[in-house]
Amino acid sequence: MTRLAYYPGCTLKTNAKNFEDSTIATAEKLGIELVEPERWNCCGTVHSLSTDDVMHHLAPIRNLLRVEELSNAGEVDSKQVVTLCAMCYNTLKRSNMVFNEDSDRKKKIRDNMYKEDIEYSGNVEVLHHLEVLREMGWDKVKEAVANPLNGLKVAPYYGCLLLRPRGIGVDDTDDPTIMEDMLEALGAETVGFAYSQKCCGSYNAVHMKEVVADLAHKILKQAEEAGADMLVTACPLCEYNLGPRQSEVEKRYPVFKSIPVVYFTQLMALAFSLGEEAAAFTGNKPDPRPLLRDKGLLEE
Amino acid sequence: MEPENKHFKDRVVELSGENVDLCFQCGACSSGCPMTQEMDYLPSKIIRMVQLGLEEALESKTIWVCTTCFNCEVRCPRGIDVANVMEALRQLVLRRKYDRVSLDELSPEEIRELPQIAIVSNQRKLTA
Repeated sequence: MTRLAYYPGCTLKTNAKNFEDSTIATAEKLGIELVEPERWNCCGTVHSLSTDDVMHHLAPIRNLLRVEELSNAGEVDSKQVVTLCAMCYNTLKRSNMVFNEDSDRKKKIRDNMYKEDIEYSGNVEVLHHLEVLREMGWDKVKEAVANPLNGLKVAPYYGCLLLRPRGIGVDDTDDPTIMEDMLEALGAETVGFAYSQKCCGSYNAVHMKEVVADLAHKILKQAEEAGADMLVTACPLCEYNLGPRQSEVEKRYPVFKSIPVVYFTQLMALAFSLGEEAAAFTGNKPDPRPLLRDKGLLEE
Repeated sequence: MEPENKHFKDRVVELSGENVDLCFQCGACSSGCPMTQEMDYLPSKIIRMVQLGLEEALESKTIWVCTTCFNCEVRCPRGIDVANVMEALRQLVLRRKYDRVSLDELSPEEIRELPQIAIVSNQRKLTA
């Protein structure tokens, strides 16, 4: 087992528990033990873009300090930290870059770190779980497949923060293949669609419900028209806006046909035959299980 | 340029770290933006307003509906991070203790249903 530091972030413990459960189970199957730091804090969810901002980098950097402590204590095998949520990934990675590239802000961040035993070195590497899988090799993923997802047509929805800005994302900004590669390793058929990288409306979901429902409708309809049975995502906010919020879409578009949206690790758990608990489909809205049973991929 | 226009422009350039004068109004940022239907001025027009030092940019609805999805940034042929400029404009307003969104307007059920990630990011971008 390789021991790898894991930063969950807030929503992985609540709405996106199915994302966390399916990841821990599938990672273990692949020989990775995810080690969560004992105390971590919210990353802030969004990266502060103002040049003079110091305060909002403290929270992400403090999490990287926790990873460094794990590494110093020999509890993990590298100075890497893996994230699942695309927003955590983006925020931790960008603050790390600010720390390492802006000496003035680096000093200020250090000066404002309160009651910490060690100073952050800047040496933690922030990874998204998809990158860990790619590094391991898609063949290794394929070897773990016991229930190939043959006949399942899946549209990978990248959204924004997995790919942008340029230089931060997990793959080529204009022509990503990382989700397709992962899905093909599981035996699924991938479906390309025009809005796979279009924003879902993000945090506007809080106060602009209708607008976000319109965006979700465009994305979901495009995927469905391209022939997809379902969408996969790697972001709890995308999942919320495209999944549970289909109830809003239905109110505005009476002819809209609902389509399941799941986390990529849930499909991994299904393909690895790790059982219902690991795949955790009970947490998804709309429920993907009827479709998966129809396709013969899930037992009655 | 009048001193007040120059002052405003300099402040936006300083806060965003972006050289807005590089923009030649090709409109690529606007064409890729997912929120234009909710905007009063297109993103490219906001950049033009900043070039000219027009403080009316701060009154625009555009800066508040931007989702910072960075589509504009990856499309800009001049290398301007338009999202940084939008953030600088929001910050100039938020730093006067302004909140664009109040959670008081939501019902307890709505708040309970929303994931933390939505609430935290919303409040981080749209409140002082």
